Amino acid sequence: MAQNVQSGGVSTHEQSELDAAGAENFDAIIARDSRIEPRDWMPEAYRRSLVRQISQHAHSEIIGMQPEANWITRAPSLKRKSILMAKVQDEAGHGLYLYSAAETLGTSRDEMMDALVAGKARYSSIFNYPTPTWADMGAIGWMVDGAAICNQVPLCRASYGPYGRAMVRVCKEESFHQRQGFEILLELANGTPEQKEMAQDAVNRWYAPSLMMFGPPDDDSPNSKQSMAWNIKRFSNDELRSRFVGMMVEQVKVLGLTLPDTQIRFNEATKKWDHAPLDWEEFKEVLAGRGPCNAQRLERRRSAHEEGAWVREAATAYAEKQAAKNAQKVAA
Amino acid sequence: MTQSVGDSSASATRITPGNALRPEDIAQATRQGAAKASEDVAEYALRLGDDALILAQRLSHWISRAPELEEDVALGNIALDQLGHARSFLSYAGSAWGKSEDDLAYFRREPEFRSAHLFEQPNGDFAATIARQFIVANYQFPLYRELTRSSDPMLAAIAAKAVKEVDYHLDHSTQWVLRLAGGTQESRRRIIAGFKLMWPCVGELFEDDELTARLGDAGVVPSSLRAEFDRGVADVFTEAELDVPASPPATGGGRHGRHSEHMGYLLAEMQVLAREFPGASW
Amino acid sequence: MNEQDKASSTTPAPEPGAHRWPLWEVFVRSNRGLSHVHAGSLHAPDASMALRNARDLYTRRNEGVSIWVVPADAIAASDPDAKGAFFESPQGKDYRHATYYTKSEGVKHL
Ligand SMILES: [Fe+2]
Ligand SMILES: [Fe+2]
Ligand SMILES: [Fe+2]
Repeated sequence: MAQNVQSGGVSTHEQSELDAAGAENFDAIIARDSRIEPRDWMPEAYRRSLVRQISQHAHSEIIGMQPEANWITRAPSLKRKSILMAKVQDEAGHGLYLYSAAETLGTSRDEMMDALVAGKARYSSIFNYPTPTWADMGAIGWMVDGAAICNQVPLCRASYGPYGRAMVRVCKEESFHQRQGFEILLELANGTPEQKEMAQDAVNRWYAPSLMMFGPPDDDSPNSKQSMAWNIKRFSNDELRSRFVGMMVEQVKVLGLTLPDTQIRFNEATKKWDHAPLDWEEFKEVLAGRGPCNAQRLERRRSAHEEGAWVREAATAYAEKQAAKNAQKVAA
Repeated sequence: MTQSVGDSSASATRITPGNALRPEDIAQATRQGAAKASEDVAEYALRLGDDALILAQRLSHWISRAPELEEDVALGNIALDQLGHARSFLSYAGSAWGKSEDDLAYFRREPEFRSAHLFEQPNGDFAATIARQFIVANYQFPLYRELTRSSDPMLAAIAAKAVKEVDYHLDHSTQWVLRLAGGTQESRRRIIAGFKLMWPCVGELFEDDELTARLGDAGVVPSSLRAEFDRGVADVFTEAELDVPASPPATGGGRHGRHSEHMGYLLAEMQVLAREFPGASW
Repeated sequence: MNEQDKASSTTPAPEPGAHRWPLWEVFVRSNRGLSHVHAGSLHAPDASMALRNARDLYTRRNEGVSIWVVPADAIAASDPDAKGAFFESPQGKDYRHATYYTKSEGVKHL
């Protein structure tokens, strides 16, 4: 974040004039579908909404490392171990890109991290499901990263510049995530009967949660409308979910597996893919912290953060000592 | 003017695969019979490969647990480098016996592993991990540099890729030794404890035996690396105001399949799934 | 988000804390002959660690041959004033662009 080079303080009168001019400028930028940059004037609600969305997204990337990191040490081949490690590492990077984007809005990463480990921040509820088998690495890559990509590609055009730019980088890196997951499932589906069963079981378990990643149905998504008006969101939850179902239904045939949903069909009237109703009660339960792994995921993040405190302090202390030494040298 | 957010041609985000020697290339070369290690070279490659594999297994545990997110990524990179070296060495070793990297990684028993004890030492806290990493890098860097001159072209090629990466590992661990030693009282106490814990495993790295004698120009004589190791350590320790721990050397024996109590758990975890489905493809 | 930055035009700086690592902006040169381009930011205790973290974070896929890191608070930026006076001057001075000169259109190698 750059310092603002400006002179002196501003009176309240001048401030309100500035705000009026700022609001006009903001509306004009949104109207011509251009981008808002960090130091532009922006409505407080826009800033708040972005901080909420971007930090939730960042938290999801970071917490999302855990269900997959769970299998790094047990990956069944060295090639898969490399791929999985590189993927989980990418997710750490995504979290970092996103925290940086949120920081341009004036909320520090420490604040966001503190909120997360205090259990006060939300993250994608899907990462509160367990990964009991290797096939979960396939299902997560194919379905969870797949759903994430559907969500994220339109976000590359989000009206807030730093968010859009972070998403461009994320989407580029994501391109291998979904493929490697698909290939894990493909290998399993063409493997022994036990392997195939493992793959089908994972697809069955991750199907509904991955559909819920797009968020509640449009008629129950209070923030969506405003977010679309601000050009942050480009498509509604149901629209994206329908697209995703359409892709899954074709791809699952290549795998020789099935989706646990007999109601999938293309609706000629709406030109959308219909699917079986989702259990939004479960969704809300998991989001509220009552999912199978919420406590475990938060505890792991908290302990990593707390056990790392002495390291962060040490590096800071060292930097200060070195700076003082250098200043002395210059003075001498 | 409209800003080009989402401009996929933005040069700073260009993504290319690079063209260094990959483990897959070696596996392919050995499958095609283009490279076949002699029995002695294979035994030697197994030692180097096992060192790197066991270390990668240990380091990978840090991903999602590091002191700061940036360090998750850094330790992940080092683990991936080591795993890459392991795959290359193991693929090449396997060429002598018609075995793949995975046959060797997943279907050998503990006494068949040839890694030195240092690599299997538990991560401990971040300081212990850094101490282990600093020792490893100061050992592997001159080793791989010398190995680039091996009379065995495949070993030389693997080392040429590895030495550049280990050069960075050396830098990374050095930076952290300086910071932990010169940071807070707490961090200084911990890095001293970390070195005390790991130091008994140093001696084993530099032990010669019949194999290293027989290898001649193909390998690197371990004891020939000790002086440079001691100098490298001393340089950093002087700046960090650390003393070389007085801990007596442990028995070792890893090169001949005698491992510490930690190894069994590490292998059990690493091999569990592959062994559940012997012969399966992943 | 705290109350005082309501409707403000500037971004408040993150609270400085005892063990908080400062923010660095990262610039990556993707190839010889090209400029360093802003890639993103990261946290690091000092410049040398910032460089190393930048290498790990922003060049994992061969994206760079050179990296700059700059403390975020050392960057002075132009005022994002809505009226844009800072960037007004070049507007309307089309004669700085080749396309202004229409009569020579079609003349080869010009
Ligand atoms: Fe991601
Ligand atoms: Fe994601
Ligand atoms: Fe991903």
